[in-house]
Amino acid sequence: MTTAEPISGADIVLRSLVDLGVDVVFGYPGGAVLPLYDAIFQQNHIRHILVRHEQAALHAAEGYARSTGKPGVALVTSGPGATNAVTGLTDALLDSIPVICLTGQVATHLIGNDAFQEADTVGITRPCTKHNYLVKDVANLAYVMHEAFYVATSGRPGPVVIDLPKDIQVAKAPYIRPSKAQHRSYRPQIKGDLALIKEAVDLLAKAKKPIIYTGGGIINSGPAASQLLRELVRLTGYPITSTLMGLGAFPSHDPHFLGMLGMHGTYEANLAMHGCDVMLCLGARFDDRVTGRIDAFSPHSKKIHVDIDRSSINKNVHVDLGIVGDAGHVIEDMIKIWKSKICKPDEKALKAWWKQIDEWRGRKCLSYAKRDDIIMPQYAIERLYALTKDKNPYITTEVGQHQMWAAQFFGFDKPNHWMTSGGLGTMGYGLPAAIGAQIAHPEALVIDIAGEASILMNIQELSTAVQHRLPVKVFILNNEYMGMVRQWQDLTYGGRYAESYTAALPDFVRLAEAFGASGLRVSNPADLDSTIKEMMKTDGPVLVDCRVAKLENCFPMMPSGAAHNEMILSAEDAGLSPISDEGKALV
Amino acid sequence: MSVPVQEIARHTISVVVDNEAGVLARVIGLFSGRGYNIDSLTVASVSEDAKTSRITVVTSGTPMVIEQIKAQLDRLVPVHVVADLTLEGPSVERELALVKVAGVGEHRVEALRLADAFRAHVVDSTNSSFVFELTGKTTKIDAFLNLMRELGLVEVARTGIVALARGKTGLES
Repeated sequence: MTTAEPISGADIVLRSLVDLGVDVVFGYPGGAVLPLYDAIFQQNHIRHILVRHEQAALHAAEGYARSTGKPGVALVTSGPGATNAVTGLTDALLDSIPVICLTGQVATHLIGNDAFQEADTVGITRPCTKHNYLVKDVANLAYVMHEAFYVATSGRPGPVVIDLPKDIQVAKAPYIRPSKAQHRSYRPQIKGDLALIKEAVDLLAKAKKPIIYTGGGIINSGPAASQLLRELVRLTGYPITSTLMGLGAFPSHDPHFLGMLGMHGTYEANLAMHGCDVMLCLGARFDDRVTGRIDAFSPHSKKIHVDIDRSSINKNVHVDLGIVGDAGHVIEDMIKIWKSKICKPDEKALKAWWKQIDEWRGRKCLSYAKRDDIIMPQYAIERLYALTKDKNPYITTEVGQHQMWAAQFFGFDKPNHWMTSGGLGTMGYGLPAAIGAQIAHPEALVIDIAGEASILMNIQELSTAVQHRLPVKVFILNNEYMGMVRQWQDLTYGGRYAESYTAALPDFVRLAEAFGASGLRVSNPADLDSTIKEMMKTDGPVLVDCRVAKLENCFPMMPSGAAHNEMILSAEDAGLSPISDEGKALV
Repeated sequence: MSVPVQEIARHTISVVVDNEAGVLARVIGLFSGRGYNIDSLTVASVSEDAKTSRITVVTSGTPMVIEQIKAQLDRLVPVHVVADLTLEGPSVERELALVKVAGVGEHRVEALRLADAFRAHVVDSTNSSFVFELTGKTTKIDAFLNLMRELGLVEVARTGIVALARGKTGLES
């Protein structure tokens, strides 16, 4: 849609968005973006979803991006609009989610004057974005728009901010769609080095106790990568585990899948990581929640690390073979080489390894004491999964115990159906992310699995859901505590529950109704199934206040400062191994 | 785990960047945000069209940290090339200092004599002071300053290190 006649900067933004395939923007108006909103008012190509807080605009854009593979777009005003967006931007940075955030800015001649609603947005967002721009000349605007999308979506995806002074939105220039020329300096590496991939395949084929450890990089690579991963596992017969961010890339019910690894990962996954002799890490980044104590991490293994971001390799853990490239492409090459070399796994060794893994599995680390007088949170997730799985739901979460229980007990079989704040751990992420996912998939079942504390951090977004008739379901595991905080206080601070009790909770059913949504409450295990069915049957947004056991802790757990082989499986275990002072100092 | 004991070493890293607003802040922010050291940092536009600048940063860290620093620099969008001059063959390093020394009598004569020995130039002079211009390796400048401290050193301005690889090829060729 190149135009020869000059059009306003605001129109250039909108034409660029259309050309870039954007059909929805999550935003909140304000003084410095009024020209943009006026332009939005006068067109029909871009749908605007009004949120109730700028942080939510970013999380909604993340939910949209994570559930579609397309970039999400947010639009906020200057000053407080931009500073409110910072949490969402940081969240997207840590979880590698492609998001473009358009921020209004005071007019160029006012920049630096402490003008009304002025903030140094590019300065503030520099460390929490992949890249950012301040557009000072309308002639550059179209180019910046297109480059921003390229930067956000290519290589390791991430958030990009475009700061748009008000006078730039008004000034005019012709819109010339930039050609897809190679970027002058930014050139992410997609294909892995074949010689290194051959070396990796050799190592893999010789493995006696292999483990494949996958992460969000598989999801970001696209659905093809998930298919290729399945083929790689079929071909090798090797066990596979996944980070929180990677859930869904490999079917959770495949016998090769050991469940999630890390702090609340399964016993078998963590011990397999500890005891393996060859580790293939695909699109994960050896996060501290995954590795546990770094000097005791998988001490006897050769490590292969495939990552699209060179800086992730050898950052936390020294690896023997680092391959820079897109996980999907590298897996594809691995499969080709494996086949062409007619590699065969060491069946005898592998059999012994699986026997060992099955022994670990026999510990049934996720078992919990079921009760019929009170709903156990794990049981609530199990039932939610059982009753909704046929609908292939999109699941988002807030942050805390409920998030870990969702990761442990909800089965994910497809990529892009699981959205959670992994790296930053942002309470308040789930509801707006669910709104973004629901916008992208209007007919789908979208559920935010929440805690009663987290949900209050962005509860105002119920209003967004009601306004836009988005039938998101919020399933609150209400234990009246900031459960994960209380759990750490239990395990590390002698049960002194400093400020972790959520006193003065609202009546969630009436709260939902006040927003114009529906509210349901359940506290008896016998009523759980019918309540979940009722939730699914009810049109429009529904908030379920599911009262669960108050003091249940989330196990297994690798305590702070512990290694993979020092997991605690139950509350009784926890009493035996008090956390060291070094452990207390860790996050 | 078979991680070799890693010793901290000093590295001189050249970074060619787009000459645009905020690019230096990106580089400095990366160092401060991730807790890397900056021993010295210089930056100036170097291309004929003024489109690129060259940053020379001297930093120190274990091999793993130095590798991280280079990888982190390399992924900044406006960064064209990152080169570790310490690792990639021989290089030359220079620093320029302006050194103000005040004094009269024997001290003044001695300062001038030493400046001559160090091939420093006098760029400003009064009856009781000199400003010397001195170029050389950091060690040479340090040595000169140590001598001047006893002879009435008033203040110093240093550029920090600039460096180039030896030989006929350039970073972007």
